[in-house]
Amino acid sequence: MGVASIPVGPESPIQREYRPRTDFFKGICWLASLLTVLLLVCILLEVFSKAWPAIHRFGFGFITGVQWSPNREVFGVLPVLIGTGISSLLALLFALPLGLAIALFLSEDFLPAPIRQVIRFVIELLAAIPSVVYGLWGIFVVVPLVQQYGGILADKLGFLPIFQGPAYGNSLLTASIVLALMVLPTITAISRSTLVTVPYALREGSYALGATRWETILGVILPTAAPGIVASSILAFGRAMGETMAVAMLIGNSQRLSWSFLAPSNTLSALLANQFAEADGIQVNALMYAAALLVLMTLCVNIAGEAILRHTQKTTAGLR
Amino acid sequence: MNAPTNLKQLCLAAVAFAAASIQMHASTTINGSGSSFAAPIIIRWGIDFQKAHPETRINYQSVGSGAGITQFIQNITDFGASDVAMSDEEIAKVGGNVLLLPATAGTIVFAYNIPGISTGLKLSRAAYIGILLGTVKSWNDPLIAKDNTDLKLPNLPITVVSRSDGSGTTGVFTAHLSAVSADFKAQVGSGKSVTWPVGVAGKGNEGVTALIKQTPGAIGYVEFGYAANNKLSMASPQNKAGNFITPTIESGAITLASVTLPENFRAFITDPEGANDYPIASFSWLLVKKSYPSADKAAAVKAFVAYGLTTGQSVAPELGYITLPDSVVKKVLAALETVK
Repeated sequence: MGVASIPVGPESPIQREYRPRTDFFKGICWLASLLTVLLLVCILLEVFSKAWPAIHRFGFGFITGVQWSPNREVFGVLPVLIGTGISSLLALLFALPLGLAIALFLSEDFLPAPIRQVIRFVIELLAAIPSVVYGLWGIFVVVPLVQQYGGILADKLGFLPIFQGPAYGNSLLTASIVLALMVLPTITAISRSTLVTVPYALREGSYALGATRWETILGVILPTAAPGIVASSILAFGRAMGETMAVAMLIGNSQRLSWSFLAPSNTLSALLANQFAEADGIQVNALMYAAALLVLMTLCVNIAGEAILRHTQKTTAGLR
Repeated sequence: MNAPTNLKQLCLAAVAFAAASIQMHASTTINGSGSSFAAPIIIRWGIDFQKAHPETRINYQSVGSGAGITQFIQNITDFGASDVAMSDEEIAKVGGNVLLLPATAGTIVFAYNIPGISTGLKLSRAAYIGILLGTVKSWNDPLIAKDNTDLKLPNLPITVVSRSDGSGTTGVFTAHLSAVSADFKAQVGSGKSVTWPVGVAGKGNEGVTALIKQTPGAIGYVEFGYAANNKLSMASPQNKAGNFITPTIESGAITLASVTLPENFRAFITDPEGANDYPIASFSWLLVKKSYPSADKAAAVKAFVAYGLTTGQSVAPELGYITLPDSVVKKVLAALETVK
């Protein structure tokens, strides 16, 4: 407390005037943060209580089942779970090299600082584009591209299960490409901030030992920042899993099990967005079950990402 | 995650509130929700009706047939609209206090995108069932080609486009297909939301339309009005009598004219038998209460529905719907009279 340096006693008029206000403010802050935690608990409770009839009725078979036929009250989400996982992984596979390269470029002094600022700003703006706009862009740009080149891919590499034809425009691949762009800002921003916090002494040490810039980047800076980069990927993965609108518009919404990237697929969030409005009876509970799975998955992924990020910040702080 | 329904209710409440605050001018407000298929014509009726009767306000929310029935049961709305008639269970939930009134009708068409072939494609029953079950994979398949000797069908893979969201359109369409083919009934079945063995799916009529337009070799099912407005190519399916029927307002009207309505108006046209009947058609029902809590409301609902059934039918063709036959209108109006 800065006030402590001023020689005033406990009965000082200054303190008597300020203390109640500080407490009031503290109270509001406490309440607000408590409410946020409570909100998460309430959401989880609501989702799980609505999902309970389906959990009770379908049990684990819901997760391993491969058919989703509401008209027959058969609900299995395995193809959708796989679609969610693969589309997000694929998106990460595209976005990580690109995002990391951008982050490195922006954290080093290849360009004058003002230009770097502008590039950084533009990339972070990608995060401000609404999901539905990405979806529309995907429909008009990415779908025709995948339609055109997917066919060639299926012809040439069709013997691999992942490129098996026929190639659809609305496919897992299309959704993944657009998802990659959507998670790019997450990867770039977090990676860049960890790269920037790599202590300058380490670079200087590396240069002093005669390492070139690339040797320094690959041998010193990247390994030091690695946990932060991993954390950025995990957070990006979490975001990709929960992404709804753009995916629903591009993935082809098919609940069939297929290993081909060129075939339509589905994700949990897209399934929910598509079917909630007209669902009734046990289908609502089944969708809630799917929602509960999605919440659990994204919570786990985000907690893992946060944990690693915390850990990194601690270790780099020690180095500094 | 109750958000979608709650949000909808909230919106509805907000609309109702906004409407209530203008009630100094409008004395009665009727709220309805349901079928997105019938939404264009119901909203049009609402606008036209309000011009003639400024004292009544009509709000209609296009939330989908299933949600429309749910909201009607929950007493959130004064009337509902649905492409599938209410089930006995659902009717029991409102204590039987509901009348199902056919208000408009439409047909469902096979819309396709084959480069170079914009009209004249004929699909036999075996062909369209085969396409939808995934056994017919290419447009030059002999099963399709034998009825289309005048067309040069390309060697192009067929992409089936279906609805990803639950919808009355899918319900009517799959009911027809299940009536036509035992294989389809066994493999897919009928319902508002089914699992298709092949193809991609889009959300809503507009999503399906976009997919068809964009994918060479695509075929999908949409409402006639939607296909006509978006200038999609429509195939002529084979009806039960064996004839290939071009989807038009007229061929749809022929189907409707041949339907005999039961007392409760729940007629399902799964596979009409007339020689010139278009095979896939359905009524859209308005759900109204048999008795309303206030006489004002009952009078307003009656006046509105009566308007839709009489004057309102004249806008049906321009919006892509089928005008109800006079015999049907007469019966429905008589039933409407009993609303209190």
